[in-house]
Amino acid sequence: MLCTFVDPDTRLGAFYPVSFVQYLEGRKYVVQTIFVVVALLFAARLFYIQVLDGSYKLAADRNSLQRIVQVPYRGLIFDRNGKLIVQNTPVYDLMVVPREIKQLDTVRLCELLQMPVEEFRLALTAAKTYSRVKASPLIQNLSTPELAAIQDNLIDFPGFSIRAHMARSYKTENLAHALGYVGAITPKLLESPKYAKYIAGDNLGITGLESFYEKTLMGRRGVQYRMVNVRGIEKGAFRDGEYDTLSVAGLDLHTSIDSELQQYGEMLMAQKRGSIVALDPKTGEILAFVSAPNFEPARLSGKGMGNRYMDLLNNPERPLFNRPLMATYPPGSVFKLVNELVALQMGVVTPYTSFPCNQRLVKCTHRHEPPTNVGIAIKQSCNPYFYQVMRTAIMRGRSSNPKEDARLGLAEWRRQVMSFGLGQQLGVDLGSERKGSIPSPELYDKMYGRHGWNFRTIYSLSIGQGEIGITGLQMANIMAIIANRGYYYTPHFVRGIGQGGPLPEYRERHYTNIDPQHFDAIIPGMQAVVEGRGGTGNLASLAQFGISVAGKTGTVQNAHGPDHATFAAFAPAEDPQIAIAVFIENAGFGGTSAAPMASLMIEKYLRRKVERTQWETWLEGDASKFIRKR
Amino acid sequence: MSSSPARYSRSLDWVTIGIYALMVGLGWLNVYAASYSPDAPLGFAGQSFQELMANNWFKQIIWIGTAVVLMVILVVVDYKAYDTFAYVFYAVVVLLLLVTLFIARPIAGSRSWLELGPVRLQPAEFAKFATALAVSRFMAGINLRHQNWRDQAVLAGMTLLPPLLIIASNETGQALVFGAFLLAYFREGMSPLILIVLAAAGVILILALLIPKLWLIGGITLILGGVFLVNSRVMRHHLPLALSVWAVVVGMVFGVDFFFNQVLQPHQRKRIEVLINPSADPLGVGWNVTQSKIAIGSGGLMGKGFLEGTQTKFDFVPEQSTDFIFCTVGEEWGWMGSIVVIILFMALLMRLVYVAERQKSVFGRTYGYCVASIFFFHFAVNVGMTIGLAPVVGIPLPLFSYGGSSLWSFTILLFIMLAIDAYRKQDLVR
Ligand SMILES: [Zn+2]
Repeated sequence: MLCTFVDPDTRLGAFYPVSFVQYLEGRKYVVQTIFVVVALLFAARLFYIQVLDGSYKLAADRNSLQRIVQVPYRGLIFDRNGKLIVQNTPVYDLMVVPREIKQLDTVRLCELLQMPVEEFRLALTAAKTYSRVKASPLIQNLSTPELAAIQDNLIDFPGFSIRAHMARSYKTENLAHALGYVGAITPKLLESPKYAKYIAGDNLGITGLESFYEKTLMGRRGVQYRMVNVRGIEKGAFRDGEYDTLSVAGLDLHTSIDSELQQYGEMLMAQKRGSIVALDPKTGEILAFVSAPNFEPARLSGKGMGNRYMDLLNNPERPLFNRPLMATYPPGSVFKLVNELVALQMGVVTPYTSFPCNQRLVKCTHRHEPPTNVGIAIKQSCNPYFYQVMRTAIMRGRSSNPKEDARLGLAEWRRQVMSFGLGQQLGVDLGSERKGSIPSPELYDKMYGRHGWNFRTIYSLSIGQGEIGITGLQMANIMAIIANRGYYYTPHFVRGIGQGGPLPEYRERHYTNIDPQHFDAIIPGMQAVVEGRGGTGNLASLAQFGISVAGKTGTVQNAHGPDHATFAAFAPAEDPQIAIAVFIENAGFGGTSAAPMASLMIEKYLRRKVERTQWETWLEGDASKFIRKR
Repeated sequence: MSSSPARYSRSLDWVTIGIYALMVGLGWLNVYAASYSPDAPLGFAGQSFQELMANNWFKQIIWIGTAVVLMVILVVVDYKAYDTFAYVFYAVVVLLLLVTLFIARPIAGSRSWLELGPVRLQPAEFAKFATALAVSRFMAGINLRHQNWRDQAVLAGMTLLPPLLIIASNETGQALVFGAFLLAYFREGMSPLILIVLAAAGVILILALLIPKLWLIGGITLILGGVFLVNSRVMRHHLPLALSVWAVVVGMVFGVDFFFNQVLQPHQRKRIEVLINPSADPLGVGWNVTQSKIAIGSGGLMGKGFLEGTQTKFDFVPEQSTDFIFCTVGEEWGWMGSIVVIILFMALLMRLVYVAERQKSVFGRTYGYCVASIFFFHFAVNVGMTIGLAPVVGIPLPLFSYGGSSLWSFTILLFIMLAIDAYRKQDLVR
């Protein structure tokens, strides 16, 4: 029974010395007390949440004000002739707000998207996990046919929408190693204070120029404060936009790359491993930057980018490896030029110093006329000659102990050599540049013990072998130094940022320790390499066009297989406009493959067209053909 | 009418009318604030009737206007009609509830709205005053001095029929309001044991959610045992009584557990769970409660000012002009404003008790207590839910919430009482 009325005759009623009616009237106080207790309880509770507990105020601020970051238009990238090579194109994501989905025909949607139902369900679950009320991308970077298929039918799928945003697209198939790529910021980077302005899902340059010039390309993000409701629906600007900032588009990059030369170089390097770096010695601008094997920059953009990246990463040919910057090789015979310059600067030899081609000191490459001056020695790349040049430069008799003498000499030699920008990062406008290595006395002390080594231990340095490593970029820079007769500008890709010039550090001359007249002593020898009778680099001759090429061949011994072929040169010798270094791995003698390749590049750059197409045919195929022909 | 309008007017309880007017006025300001959009023009400026009709604040003006007409009719009608036709009203309302159940289109999951052209009415709102009149009439006719099981059964049936029909139409909140009648019955002599048991069941329900069942039984046993031992000199003569109290309490633990897990539907269970842990259902009811607390909590001591609220403007708070109108009060007027509203409700309730107590008839007094109890229940549950002290039950804050049915319903409740009160001097003691 729900109600039981108190009988007036019960003890409770009789307890009061008043009548039953009066007793019941007393209950009004009970009722009033209940009212008042609830009111006091509410007042106390309200006092707590409104006055004492500040957390609700914070929560309210978070609720109603949303910071909307406007991602500006990313800067474009042009080549040296003003040709657009990297641009932005809209890409489309299929977005979903799980809460707004109604009567979803999964099968039909999957048919439109040509997507397996299982995959779709997984993606939808992920979106639901992220948020039921906020939009999140279900499928990123829809292809044009996918977009066309879904766009017209979107009305049948409430909760789904298309979001457009900008992604990188490329008008070139080349230069991937220099351009780098743009990708979503990783959670790890997000934690770093350097990337405090970024939010999850933002894109940024991951490698290459995209990364080095990220701040420039990105522009300035705009921030708008909007009043929004919990579902993210905008309800207007906060305080009429008083605190908003406008986004500023990123600045364009004008690179020094010659697209045609770049494309030509990548074509020549097809099926080979190695690098080509071409510089304008007068400015340090990089004209071509070839790393082989290569890949198309577009492969690291758009839908399926992650999978393609993994393919490239797992490719045994290592196409992602940036050889001109990261592969260090012993320079081989090209380094004889540096050693000669150092010896000349030390005053221990003259251009007319004669050394015998003494095969007992070190084997010479071939039989040749006696090296009675430096010109002949360079032309013939005489190993014993440069052995003796370096010994003269190292063993100065500054200590009676020949081992200590070698230490002192090597330390001095190293100081001179490093002024060529070797054994250190040049400071090119790409990340991940390797320093290379120029050995110090301490290195040999460590290997053999102090005074445990002498010149015989280190003599291979004289012919660019042994404990010496330089990059393709450094090799090209040596040529620029010789072309400039003693100085260089730090090699760089970007000659113009927005309307301005390059970064200030690229307008600064770096002088070597070598006086200009010493360069004049070796350049005729380098010309003779190419044009002289019996020169090791005769295949690089452009004499038929009246262009004099100064160069030096190199053949780099390699413990793991056939020698690497190298050729470094600049042209025209009297007014250098291009300095170039070619490395072809496992292609044997530098004169056979690297020299004609370099000359084709020079021909292409200086004459804009190539007439010596027979050398293109000659260079076709992989490097092994040159080993057989040797 | 048996006396001149002027004399009649003097006998009206103007204190209650004043409180009523203040509450409706403040309520409208808050409905305006809650439905006001910063980008829409202020007030009536240059808007067509259709445009204005899209705003809750404008429709509320119409509701208030009609409520004024209604209250004049209510006090002008011969007070005896309410007594005489009490059962007729009751029958009509029960019929309406039944009809609604069968013909209503479901709106937000409930079949409780009758649509008459552009006007939507919720018969459940009118079941309150009709049931209050009917049970008061019935109470006046039975002899309180003698327990009569038949009378009690009839009363219980009368009280339970409308809420059962309302539950069938999926408006559980409105049905729970009928529980408020217990307070009126208590004043008229119902055993306090029922209120105590219900309160105990509520406490046990909350405890059962916080503490595992066996621990709860163990704790109760320890406490009862302790009480028994401390008072053992007196209690030892009442061992069977003590044991049966223990058995009843343990039985209640199981009963509450059964009720909670078997009787309540999952969404109803959630509404109780979020009281203890708002993150139990962060996107459902818990979300409502959290947003509501954020809105009220962000108001601070003095509030953000009229129309300056951000939480209640931008749909953070659900049903911000109806069930959650108190959020707007809390956010824009702060703790001071909330206290003013609480004081107004207390003033109204105390005045109603005072008015009820001065009735010479059991009918008038019971009806007065019914009105006070219904107002109190709405106030307690509505404000309680916005500040996380009561489960989310969809019932409006009397005279504040937007909505015609609710405003009419409370106006009718109140002004029938005032009409009865105005004639009390001529009323004969029954
Ligand atoms: Zn020789």
